Amino acid sequence: MSNRLELCDVDVGYGARAVVRAASFALGEGEIGCLLGSSGCGKTTLLRAIAGFEPVSSGEIWIHGRRVATPGQMLAPEERRVGMVFQDFALFPHLSVARNIGFGLRHLSRRERRARVASLLELVGLGHTAELFPHQLSGGMQQRVALARAMAPRPEVLLLDEPFSSMDAALREQLAREVREVLKREGVTAVLVTHDQLEAFAMADRIAMLADGTIQQCGSGFSLYHEPVNRLVADFIGQGAFLPATAIDALSVRTELGRIAGTRPHGLALDLPAEVLIRPDDLVDDDASPVRATVVERAYRGAEYLYRLELPSGAEVLCLLPSHHQYAPGAQIGIRLEAKHLVAFARTGVQAASPGSN
Amino acid sequence: MATATAAEGPADRPQPSPRRDFAGVLTRGAGGRLWAIGTVTLAVLLAVPVLVILGFLLVPSGATWHHLASTVLPDYVANSLLLMLGVTLGTLVGGVGTAWLTSMCRFPGRGFFEWALLLPMAMPAYIIAYTYTGLLDFAGPLQSGLRQLTGWGYGDYWVPEVRSLPGAAVMLSLVLYPYVYLLTRAAFLGQSICVLDVSRTLGNGPWRTFLTVALPLARPAIAAGLSLALMETLADYGTVQYFGVQTFTTGIFRTWYGLGDPAGAAQLAALLLGFILVLITLERYSRRHARYHHTSQRHQAIRRYRLGGWRAAAATLFCALPLLLGFLIPAGQLSVWAVSLADTAYDARFLELVVNTLGLAGLAALLALLLALLLGYGRRLQPSRPVRFAVRLAGLGYAIPGTVIAIGVIIPFAWLDNQVDAWMRATFGVSTGLLLSGTLVALVFGYLVRFLAVSLQSVETGLGKIRPSMDEAARSLGVRPASLLWRVHVPLLRGSLITALLLVFVDVMKELPATLILRPFDFNTLAVRAFELASDERLADSAPAALTIVLAGLIPVILLSRSITGSRHVQPA
Repeated sequence: MSNRLELCDVDVGYGARAVVRAASFALGEGEIGCLLGSSGCGKTTLLRAIAGFEPVSSGEIWIHGRRVATPGQMLAPEERRVGMVFQDFALFPHLSVARNIGFGLRHLSRRERRARVASLLELVGLGHTAELFPHQLSGGMQQRVALARAMAPRPEVLLLDEPFSSMDAALREQLAREVREVLKREGVTAVLVTHDQLEAFAMADRIAMLADGTIQQCGSGFSLYHEPVNRLVADFIGQGAFLPATAIDALSVRTELGRIAGTRPHGLALDLPAEVLIRPDDLVDDDASPVRATVVERAYRGAEYLYRLELPSGAEVLCLLPSHHQYAPGAQIGIRLEAKHLVAFARTGVQAASPGSN
Repeated sequence: MATATAAEGPADRPQPSPRRDFAGVLTRGAGGRLWAIGTVTLAVLLAVPVLVILGFLLVPSGATWHHLASTVLPDYVANSLLLMLGVTLGTLVGGVGTAWLTSMCRFPGRGFFEWALLLPMAMPAYIIAYTYTGLLDFAGPLQSGLRQLTGWGYGDYWVPEVRSLPGAAVMLSLVLYPYVYLLTRAAFLGQSICVLDVSRTLGNGPWRTFLTVALPLARPAIAAGLSLALMETLADYGTVQYFGVQTFTTGIFRTWYGLGDPAGAAQLAALLLGFILVLITLERYSRRHARYHHTSQRHQAIRRYRLGGWRAAAATLFCALPLLLGFLIPAGQLSVWAVSLADTAYDARFLELVVNTLGLAGLAALLALLLALLLGYGRRLQPSRPVRFAVRLAGLGYAIPGTVIAIGVIIPFAWLDNQVDAWMRATFGVSTGLLLSGTLVALVFGYLVRFLAVSLQSVETGLGKIRPSMDEAARSLGVRPASLLWRVHVPLLRGSLITALLLVFVDVMKELPATLILRPFDFNTLAVRAFELASDERLADSAPAALTIVLAGLIPVILLSRSITGSRHVQPA
């Protein structure tokens, strides 16, 4: 299987100042990938290295069977056939929408160019704006113009740098789904950079989670959420708390909430302290349960309440309950585990993650 | 096949054909290395004159220097310092006073004075100097009028001698105060009104608030404006020469032409450069602080104090005075002279002067614009330390007096000519003589060194407003750096580019000392002709040329005043 985009052991930046280290990542034809991580994790730097704006200090970048970057040598951005959608859209203010979209189509004849621009305007649903200027459009429309402009020359890979960050938070997921649909319809291979996991889940086929300049885990949103490979990923994706645990056999561990069994061996030593990730949706309230917890605080989320509970040992967990089950802070409630996945790590001396983080 | 540790060898990847591999332009970073090399080379070339002069600080001083040092040098230093002191006083009173009145108070004519106070900037100091000489002459309109009115005769009354050091200080102050006015006014308007309000609520009256809050906050801007005015003072040649005040610039001319000692002239120039460097440092230092004072994001509109009665009259008078003395009266006198010559002055010879001047200024402005684009864009492509330093070096010329630059241009050009000549004679037995010195090439090069900073600043300000993502967007769409400049930057920069052209154009038209030294034999410009005629006491004859220069000088003033009035909306109190 040939890869549209492949990063082999890429370092960006030098020595102690390396921003990205040993990043390997590949996307097949028509796949949408995502570089996910908090700000400063190196995701944008990596994207800019793919685009040709940053040199790599080690490793190689391949685009459609062409090596575009090695240490000391890089193909100029204009030679790479990558499209890029910028955070601020970077539309040319002196050109109309149609001429913005046609900017990268100089190699086409006038007629071909006009046809391509028209079909892209159609694709992003902006047919009526061709002669308008960028400042006359809303933010969402500008973004679609930026997308159409980047797609116009049929790039090998389309890069999207936090394309929704300037949008209204409520709109982001919907926009992400719309953009995904456009990309899928055109069969575009794309890489999205974002810090918003919901955006990543809504748009990407495959997510590479970055932290500290390193790709921590690469996989679907589901596997990142339910099968994080380390604490960094577990902490970043979703919410949850870590509870001290002890392995009792190859598949299960014991916590003060009871026994949790996974479907795959957890690989922990039987006699060493471990910790297990409890997601807020892993717990249900059950008056019959022998485990009692005290409500520390609660946050109203509309359909549910998110409770912070203190266990008898003093450890805290998060618990998501339908909002018709109301408990005031200080109340004692019975809780029961209902986890389908086991996420356990050996303890490294660190106490449980502070609940409510992220 | 995407894993965090994908480690397939390149073997199972389609082998790229060697031709496609790195087939494009190979670059490091986002820009071309060629641009960087070009940028640095150009900048170094433009820095040669200044470096040559600085080099003379290291050359052991010759006999002339000792002669100079023991005779006239103390006078040069003392006169230059006294002149600077006078200009400091004049521009501070005029500039800060008018800035405060127009930005903080309401009085009749405030809106008019706000921009009209810039008009004296259009008046070159040497022109105002000889205009006043004519005005205050024994045969001039003032004294004749006085005699007619009173029946006095020669010696019955006293008129201040304008051709003196204090006179020169007054003349320079009249045309240089706008620098202080402009920057101080911006500082006052930029001050958060809240700070001033706080002072009022703490029990300080308007005057006390001005003295204890507004003025200290504006101090960096005042210092920056003052150092600009003082740089111009040190650069002035026409005024002091005409008034017979011995300063550095006149000394350089005398040593060069009178004593025929290039090294001595260059060493004087180097000393003058030292003074200038102190002022540059002062200006940079003040601006560094100025930046911190403009951090307040929210600007509440200023509520101006309404002045009434005698205060309003005094304010109007205070603002009218510099405008009258610095522009209206001298411009009026020039017009009267120019009209009186209407039949004879505008002949083929005058036309030639105009053509020479416009052609020269246009050429220099265009070249400066091109260079500024190359340098500014080069720095944008490769903002590495050497490139940044080089661009800064290239922009240094503006602070440096035309006299110094002219000497710095002529010495290396003459050396080059001599080298070529010697080599040609040795190899072909042909003498080439002077190829570059004393030609338009040397003159235009001198202008570029001196005025590149003006266009560079316009271009860089304009470029700074174009987000880098614009460049990256264009390049990821397949556009190369050179074509990016034409397809994206130039259209976006149009306004800045026109401004840059106009500013350099006018500066070249006004420039006197560098033109005097570098011009080809028998090549005249309006500025040179006006100065020569005035020096021959043919004041009226010089008026047409002078008036043309003043009119051209109005262009940047109009540009400036438009940006001033458009900049902020102020609600009336």
